[in-house]
Amino acid sequence: MKKLGVALGLSLLVLLAACRSSVGKDGARKAIAIQNVGSDTIVNLAVRWAERYQEQYPEVRITVSGGGSGTGIAGLINGMIDIANASRRMKPEEIETAKANGIEPVEHVIASDAIAVVVHPSNPVDRLTLQQISDIYSGRIANWSEVGGEDRPIILLSRESNSGTHVYFLEQVVRLGDKNSDALFSPDTLLMPSSEGISAEVRQNPNAIGYDGLGYVTDDQKTIAVAAEPGGLYVKPSIETVNRGTYPISRDLYMYTAGEPQGVIAEYLAWIRSLEGQAIVGELGFVPLEVGE
Amino acid sequence: MSKLLPNRPKTRTTFPEYFVERFIRVTGVLVIVFLALIFLFLVREGSATFLEVPLRDLFQTRWYPNEAYFGLLPLVLGSLIVTLGAAAISLPLGLLTAVFIAEVAPRWMREILKPFIEVLAGIPSVVLGFLGMLVVSPLIREWLNAPTGLTALAGSVMLGYMALPTIVSVAEDALDAVPKSYRDGALALGATRWQAIWRVTVPAARSGIVTAMMLGVGRAIGETMAVMMVTGNAARMPLTLNSFLMPVRTMTATIAAEMGEVAQGSTHYHVLFALGLVLFVVTFIINLVAAWTIFRQGKRYGRLLS
Repeated sequence: MKKLGVALGLSLLVLLAACRSSVGKDGARKAIAIQNVGSDTIVNLAVRWAERYQEQYPEVRITVSGGGSGTGIAGLINGMIDIANASRRMKPEEIETAKANGIEPVEHVIASDAIAVVVHPSNPVDRLTLQQISDIYSGRIANWSEVGGEDRPIILLSRESNSGTHVYFLEQVVRLGDKNSDALFSPDTLLMPSSEGISAEVRQNPNAIGYDGLGYVTDDQKTIAVAAEPGGLYVKPSIETVNRGTYPISRDLYMYTAGEPQGVIAEYLAWIRSLEGQAIVGELGFVPLEVGE
Repeated sequence: MSKLLPNRPKTRTTFPEYFVERFIRVTGVLVIVFLALIFLFLVREGSATFLEVPLRDLFQTRWYPNEAYFGLLPLVLGSLIVTLGAAAISLPLGLLTAVFIAEVAPRWMREILKPFIEVLAGIPSVVLGFLGMLVVSPLIREWLNAPTGLTALAGSVMLGYMALPTIVSVAEDALDAVPKSYRDGALALGATRWQAIWRVTVPAARSGIVTAMMLGVGRAIGETMAVMMVTGNAARMPLTLNSFLMPVRTMTATIAAEMGEVAQGSTHYHVLFALGLVLFVVTFIINLVAAWTIFRQGKRYGRLLS
């Protein structure tokens, strides 16, 4: 009984010590924890960054989890996390709510990403214009034969509406970047809870069309070449075509902090944007920033 | 307590006895308190919906909360169709399995079957969801020639499967509790074995069987994870006959998928709680109907069975 009590007391002490996650006096750091939550698009990248960074700076503990850009931003607004990953900009309402909570979100661009449109490998369609993709996702085109494919119904796959990729795709593709448009995804669109859900369905269903970050496209899906204008150049997504600006569906990826980052978090973000951090971006199929500094 | 033991001597209550008695009473009351608190919480968080969203908008057919389309109909109907399908699959199967185990199977087989069926109940729903996503839904697409396998039917099959162990286990217990003299009496009067089962044993165990079915259906309507993974989550109205072969979005999947994202106190947040309220009320009604059925039967069969 006594032993148990001692053990309990000790473990409590250890716990307490682990919880003290601030920079100690005179800058000596011990067990600093960074909470990093948000976009599922970024999560793999963020995990890789965290692993590499912790190899070099073992005193820093970075916990990364996904859930969607909205989840990360909500966490930042509620003051639960240090860094929110987002594959879209914060909405004005979100910034307002944050400010009402006394938090001033600061935006950091950390990489770029191409959004690939994918279909089953057996699908004969290999090129589409933005207009056609918009018509497909808003339900105006419902059969593959209307865009040069077989006579099959089109099954629309999308990420859940809390995904930044979903919001970006709605604004830039379904609405073609038109702010006044009120076009929506067709109600028949399947909202998949994960990237894996989309790729699993695209892999095995010849009727399906889906979209996801380029880093998530595996070899057993076929990426569609996209043209911005009818009659324009059809371009496949890749690091080069995004950097050259020819692939039309690409976007920046963000991290948000509460206020200007301080201390360890500032160092971490600077490292992410350094040559070393950006090299990892390329490894995972995302598009690195042009590092000038 | 005092009703159960009318002749309890007053002076013999020891302190531990007093303590235990109070403790049991408190736990019993706590269940009701928790239920009431949950209900109050849902009402508190969800009631703002009816101030913020006009009632007419809630009865629209479009659910897209990002743009303030809060039509609940596709979600409510989605839950309904998936649960109906699950009930159609699991109720007959569950009842028949229970009858087989309790009445027909030889003793040794029964000893094996019962624990195995109870183990089925322990399979995590995410695992079943994977199974549904990677095995059941491709089969549905290929065999039934549906445009996609992520359909209401896939959800119903998975939910039916998940409800089965509950139904079988509880119904079997009920059948088992029917006194042997009933069966012997029926057989002695010249009934065949099947007549004895269907006319005597099953009706005698009716209240337990109804409970089993309600518990099963309750499990089905509240299940989230597996459903979210296999039904495709498209918020469309399941009105036509082929809706079983189309994707649907259930209330539970909607709450699970969207609750993590919403800003606390926003209209979307309130509407999700209102959805939870709808779910709660529906489950409550199911249980109420079950209780009422049992009560009525209790009266009718009261003399026969007590």
